[in-house]
Amino acid sequence: MIQRTPVANAVTYAIMVFGFILLIGPFLVIIAGASQTMQQVNAIPFSFLPDNQFLTNAAQAWKRADLGTAMTNSLIMAVLVTAGKVALSAFTAFAIVFFRSPLKHVFFWSVFITLMLPLEVRVVPTYAVAADLLQPVKSILSLFGGIQIGIDWNLLNSYTGLTLPLIATATGTFLYRQFFMTLPDELAEAARMDGSGPVRFFFDMLLPLSRTNMLALTTIMFVYGWNQYLWPLLMVTDPSYKTVMMSLRSLLPADNGTPDWNVTLAGSLLIMLPPLIVVGVLQRWFVRGLVATEK
Amino acid sequence: MADIAIRAVRKSYGKTPALHGVDLFFASGEFVVILGPSGCGKSTLLRMIAGLEDITGGEIAIDGRVVNRLEPRERGCAMVFQNYALYPHMSVAGNIGYALKVSGVPKAERERRIAETAKIVGLQDYLARRPAALSGGQRQRVAMARAIIREPKVFLFDEPLSNLDAKLRISMRAEIRKLHQRLSATSVFVTHDQVEAMTLADRLVVMNRGHVEQVGRPLEIYHRPASTFVASFIGAPAMNLVRSRVEVESAGIRFGGAMVAIDPAFAAKLRGQDVTVGIRPEHCCLAAPGDGGVEARVDFIEELGVGRVAYCEVDGLPFAISLDDHTVVAAGDSLFLTLPSEHLHFFDIESGRRIETDAAAPVAAPAASQHSEQTMGVH
Repeated sequence: MIQRTPVANAVTYAIMVFGFILLIGPFLVIIAGASQTMQQVNAIPFSFLPDNQFLTNAAQAWKRADLGTAMTNSLIMAVLVTAGKVALSAFTAFAIVFFRSPLKHVFFWSVFITLMLPLEVRVVPTYAVAADLLQPVKSILSLFGGIQIGIDWNLLNSYTGLTLPLIATATGTFLYRQFFMTLPDELAEAARMDGSGPVRFFFDMLLPLSRTNMLALTTIMFVYGWNQYLWPLLMVTDPSYKTVMMSLRSLLPADNGTPDWNVTLAGSLLIMLPPLIVVGVLQRWFVRGLVATEK
Repeated sequence: MADIAIRAVRKSYGKTPALHGVDLFFASGEFVVILGPSGCGKSTLLRMIAGLEDITGGEIAIDGRVVNRLEPRERGCAMVFQNYALYPHMSVAGNIGYALKVSGVPKAERERRIAETAKIVGLQDYLARRPAALSGGQRQRVAMARAIIREPKVFLFDEPLSNLDAKLRISMRAEIRKLHQRLSATSVFVTHDQVEAMTLADRLVVMNRGHVEQVGRPLEIYHRPASTFVASFIGAPAMNLVRSRVEVESAGIRFGGAMVAIDPAFAAKLRGQDVTVGIRPEHCCLAAPGDGGVEARVDFIEELGVGRVAYCEVDGLPFAISLDDHTVVAAGDSLFLTLPSEHLHFFDIESGRRIETDAAAPVAAPAASQHSEQTMGVH
């Protein structure tokens, strides 16, 4: 129900502006603070006007937190998570929607259940497996045969270890499933009559048709991968595999050191940029892919 | 060119049977229409020929080769779907040429054949468009072109005209007929529209509840329906069916306060039996009042332009009569009818099957009977 009276309009706008300020406020502080000198950023009252010190601050932050390595690592991680997730979800949904198999429901529900078990919940067992991939085999062997094997195979301090546990979840699968279910059965049948097998059908029909979904998922997954904090913190001990979220910590001024918050803020701004760019570029498809099905 | 043999084909979904043992033979080059109400199993049968549905029992052979276990692409059939099922992300050319692309035909030849096929269906100016930018009729043509380009042995049509408006449907019907004459591939066309069925078919298969009710040439089916179902399904308005008892003494049936005469020999054969008697609305003749005709009270009139249909009541039962332009009647009037015995149909009251009379209307030989004879399959 939409009422158009001056009072209702004013109230609506007031709420909107309030929400907007709430959202944008911290961001304004970062932008302003990142471009000020240390004196300005610590001045009371805080000035929301940006200055011209951003490049200096950024260079200092880059050096202090070794952002070059961290950015590369985060980028690799986010891209791998995104690519892996998009590919895996598409294939899983394809299998669930288009193939009739007696265990279809078992597969469907086992995928569905992973939605209820995000990484944070299963972080301890996941770490145990990642730290010693053969551990389940080993325990079974020692339980039944008393055999000990001494092979060590772990994923700690590797890109595989960083990304694999994040890829294996169901969110993307559902997005694809919903989309695939809107396609008429005749489309698959027509392709079959035209002589196309399942693999061909997937690449010739489903992939081009689900482009908007794919881009929406890419947006979400890139941000998700980039923002990971807990898992890299557990996995990575080698500084050369550090990600940006971990280096945020080293951007903070030391406890009794100089309060150079301007450098910290400049560093945060740099770290925020890549997901912002991705969202900015893909936002057109983002909404379309989540809301509407393309005709 | 290929013939299709369907032998004792059954289909069930879980425990629900959909087809109960269908036996049919479609001769090479024949245009067969499968007609029936929705849910009669006609589409299922078509999809089984195409290879899109598993065959529960029996076998289907195309060109003498049993295809039960073959993939659709190995059967040499092309199919036109009701909703066209065009690939929305491909241009018209891409849609038409997809089958060739899949089978690895080189690009130059593919483009030549796409252009050729597009010309047949009159789409040469639309090759770069997407399906979304086409009208319903044009989409239908793309779907047909997609089937034609593969030069299939068998064409399968699954209610391809039902999404078109009435005018387009008529012109597409003519085009399909022309196309068939040109390509003369065996065609199986599924529809629930009796006009489509009558006009397109060399031979007509009427189905009901998973059974084949009757197979024959359209006029044969119109003039000698094998069961009450076929009688009421073919023809518009539907054939009037009334239950009556054959009286031997007067060699007739009592109906609407009058005695309708029938062939005495036939009456003797049925002696005193209850039968379902049918007569088509267009075969009822008007008689002068007082001539001992069947009295029908008019409930309402439907104007058709060419003539009109009077929906009446006889003995409290609905009864339709086709009238020509000149007969002026109004609701509430009484009409008096004579029912010519040669146009009466008799059906068993239990099974609904036709009881043959010797005086049954002869099957009018259609002008194109020679053509039909050639293509008629002999089972």
